[in-house]
Amino acid sequence: MTLSTCILLATALFCIGIFGLLSRRQPIAILLSVELMANAANIVFVAFGRYRGGTTGQIFATFSIALTVAEVAVGLALVILLYRSHHREARLDRATEMHG
Amino acid sequence: MTETLGFGVVAACMAISALFVVLSRRLVRAVLWLAVTLVATAALYAMQGASFLAGVQVLVYVGGVVTLMIFGVMVTRRHDGITVTLDSTRSGRAAVVALALFGIVAFAVRTTPGLDAPANPPAVTTADLGRALLGEHVFAFEVMSFLLLAAMVGSVVIARRKDPSPEPSRKGAAAPEAASPEEAE
Repeated sequence: MTLSTCILLATALFCIGIFGLLSRRQPIAILLSVELMANAANIVFVAFGRYRGGTTGQIFATFSIALTVAEVAVGLALVILLYRSHHREARLDRATEMHG
Repeated sequence: MTETLGFGVVAACMAISALFVVLSRRLVRAVLWLAVTLVATAALYAMQGASFLAGVQVLVYVGGVVTLMIFGVMVTRRHDGITVTLDSTRSGRAAVVALALFGIVAFAVRTTPGLDAPANPPAVTTADLGRALLGEHVFAFEVMSFLLLAAMVGSVVIARRKDPSPEPSRKGAAAPEAASPEEAE
């Protein structure tokens, strides 16, 4: 469990998240992919924190977890709003009202 | 040896469950596979000596975020299994992008010297984390509490809006209702 294997694992998770983000259209499925990517970033924070020593890596990961929770709450509220305004069907490619 | 074996098992669990998250056709199952990924991440944190973060991961992510996601799925869909489909042309391009990114980062990691050295600095205890959180990083801590408050209020305001379609008659009807608590004060 060296630093490089941790980074490779986190990169694999991040790329799986990117795949989901680009290939799905339902907003909740996209939120799940974003969660995967944030989780990969946290893994790298903790791995570097262990490698370098000190508390900074774990503090960063803690703040990152809190940020992700806030993002999920706001994102789900937006999904519910989208679902109501699009007659019980929430697909991101049909939500075009805010095109500039 | 056992450490390497444990890391391999945890990494395999994470990768496979993450693949199921993005490939599963049933949305509820995708959320539950995400829970598996997050629990495996907590195990990885515990193996790295970050026991506090492992606990936070299970409490906040698995207990909070996954529950919230399942609520979101239940609220926005009928229960009888709506399938989420993968767009075939887009998923081909997405796979190319993801594999290319992984290849680039893996190449960079492999060619960077010094990453394989097993560094063993002294383990960080939860007491150290608490002192750093309320000492050195106390400003960020307070900003984070404001951000959580703003996100909470914002999500309630966004989700409570009755009818998002712009109808002037409804807006006019809702305005006196909203103003009445202020008059009561």
